[in-house]
Amino acid sequence: MAGYVIRRILWGIALLIIVCALTFVFFRVIPTGNPALLRAGRDPTKGHVQEIEKVLGLNKSLPAQFWEYLKGVFLHGNLGYSYYSNESVRSLIAERLPATISLAVGAAIIWVGSGLAVGIISALRRKTVMDRAAMGTALLLVSAPEFWLGLIVLFLFADDIGKFKIFPGAGSYVGLTSDPWKWFTSLILPWFVLAASGAAVYARLMRGSLIETMNEDYIRTARAKGLSERRVVRQGVRASINPIVTLLGVELGVLLGGAVLIETVFNIPGVGRLSYTSIINSDFSVIEGTVLLAAMFIIVANIVVDIAYAYLDPRVRYS
Amino acid sequence: MSTGEPLLRVENLKVDFPGEDGVVHAVDGVSYEVHEGRTLGIVGESGSGKTVSSLTTLGLTRRQGAVISGKIMFDGRDLVTLPEDELRSIRGNDIAMIFQDPLSSLHPLYRVGDQLVEAVRAHREMSKQQARERAVELLGLVGIPDPRRRVDEYPHEFSGGMRQRAMIAMALMNDPKLLIADEPTTALDVTVQAQILALMERLQSELGMAIMIITHDLGVVAEMADDIAVMYAGRIVETTTAERLFSAPEHPYTWGLLRSIPTMEGYTWGLMKAMASEGPPGRQDLVPIPGTPPSLINPPSGCHFHPRCPYSQPEHTRVDPPLEPVPGGEHHQVACLLESDIRRRLWEQLRAGQTPAEAIAEVEMPEAPL
Repeated sequence: MAGYVIRRILWGIALLIIVCALTFVFFRVIPTGNPALLRAGRDPTKGHVQEIEKVLGLNKSLPAQFWEYLKGVFLHGNLGYSYYSNESVRSLIAERLPATISLAVGAAIIWVGSGLAVGIISALRRKTVMDRAAMGTALLLVSAPEFWLGLIVLFLFADDIGKFKIFPGAGSYVGLTSDPWKWFTSLILPWFVLAASGAAVYARLMRGSLIETMNEDYIRTARAKGLSERRVVRQGVRASINPIVTLLGVELGVLLGGAVLIETVFNIPGVGRLSYTSIINSDFSVIEGTVLLAAMFIIVANIVVDIAYAYLDPRVRYS
Repeated sequence: MSTGEPLLRVENLKVDFPGEDGVVHAVDGVSYEVHEGRTLGIVGESGSGKTVSSLTTLGLTRRQGAVISGKIMFDGRDLVTLPEDELRSIRGNDIAMIFQDPLSSLHPLYRVGDQLVEAVRAHREMSKQQARERAVELLGLVGIPDPRRRVDEYPHEFSGGMRQRAMIAMALMNDPKLLIADEPTTALDVTVQAQILALMERLQSELGMAIMIITHDLGVVAEMADDIAVMYAGRIVETTTAERLFSAPEHPYTWGLLRSIPTMEGYTWGLMKAMASEGPPGRQDLVPIPGTPPSLINPPSGCHFHPRCPYSQPEHTRVDPPLEPVPGGEHHQVACLLESDIRRRLWEQLRAGQTPAEAIAEVEMPEAPL
């Protein structure tokens, strides 16, 4: 087990370097704006631009730039400086991380909780009106793009522009520490929208998995033993949850991608919106910082999921 | 057969499954009895309704939308009409069941011991510690070595035979009066099969429970059963004591089953004949029953077995034979339209090694078979 974890961590670091390299190449090869030009202000002279390029290190060769960057990241935890505002990328991200974590954790709870609950109920009440309604809604939510769903929800329920002024709308986010209640209410709509498609996927998966499990021989054995139906279902859920846990690692990536859109639509000052504005501004080092953070998050989550899986399934533990 | 009130009495049990292609008549009017301390063997091909009838005894076909009629009397109560929660208190308690595939019948994610413990704690107040002791004791009783250690292992750490032993231990946790064993040895190696059967026999003599063993294998019931019921297409076509079924079978389907099991004599005799190239080789070899089991949605008219029966007469396609006592045979019933005298002479010929065609020529049937 320990050997396995170490192998996974080493492989994770290798993966991070690859992600670094890919983003580095992408955003320099793809013709976006020249960051030096963006910083130089109106009508810059050629010499001025060259000077800025020199300061930012943009005049060096690409491999040399990359090497400098890697050294900074892995030796000093230094993600570089924003070309745009000169602030350190690390502090830019650190400032915005709490908002993103609030959004992601809340959404993940709603997503997993409601997804599993709806899936289990649907599986047990198979082919009833409730099951069909739940699965129809799930299909709708899976198909709806987050930015569209976000706008619809704001249009319907936001207290400024909504038809039914129920929940705080875009731009109402405050930190948890400054006002917990406002923090909570401001996140209700974003949580719901971000969780929607994931919850729908989970509901469908859980339903399918549980229906299959409830036909297994060991469920028949459980019934033949005279266990109460509640306990029988619990054994079924216990067995059907494993494949879904595996998916959690993958789905977290989807969640983070969604966070970029949701933070933009709801105007939440988080890492997602930071990455959005940095892309607009061709702010390479900030883009790289946020991509690296997301990659690290997904890699760590996947390692955690795999270790958790070994605890959930004794057959994995022994092989 | 012993006299007195039977432990389990099934009367005219019918189980239908309404489906998209029509109603499946899985069990079509079956009656049998299981007496205390005795073993009933139910024999038949897949799809003959033998498993469905036993699952129905435990109420396990209810949630599959089965339409059930008839009576299943157990301990003075009719299990067909018993409310679910009362039936649940009987399941795994007074009547326990073990299944065909011991690998898939144990929950892969729970320890074997925990699965035994919950079986007993579902029915009686017992501390976890006591229940665990009981589990260790029973695992030992069914012949699992080092039960105190193995009680904490998972099913995948057990071999196939061990898993079936664990299933049996689980079934015995509550001292059942009746153990239903549905193809208990089919998924096991031949040597392990013999061990499991011997184990069940030993446990029966030690604990005195009744056993209902469901199988497609006449060899298994030959070893275990006191009484045998042969099922075909959802019905019992012949029922008698095990002894009599093997010495004087009456139904052509039973003959087919008997001729399709390997016996030492059959094999060697056929082989010797083949080596001496005397006559057609392998005439005494295993003889399969021609055709396939009938549709349970639209069963054949008349006698359900007539399309596969070498001796069927034209009128057998119209008349549905009832299960009737065999003249001169105590506790022997058969559902066959052939004259009992003709049946007896046909079996004499078959037993002497003739093929059905030769037997027919010898016995002068009233009309040419279909």
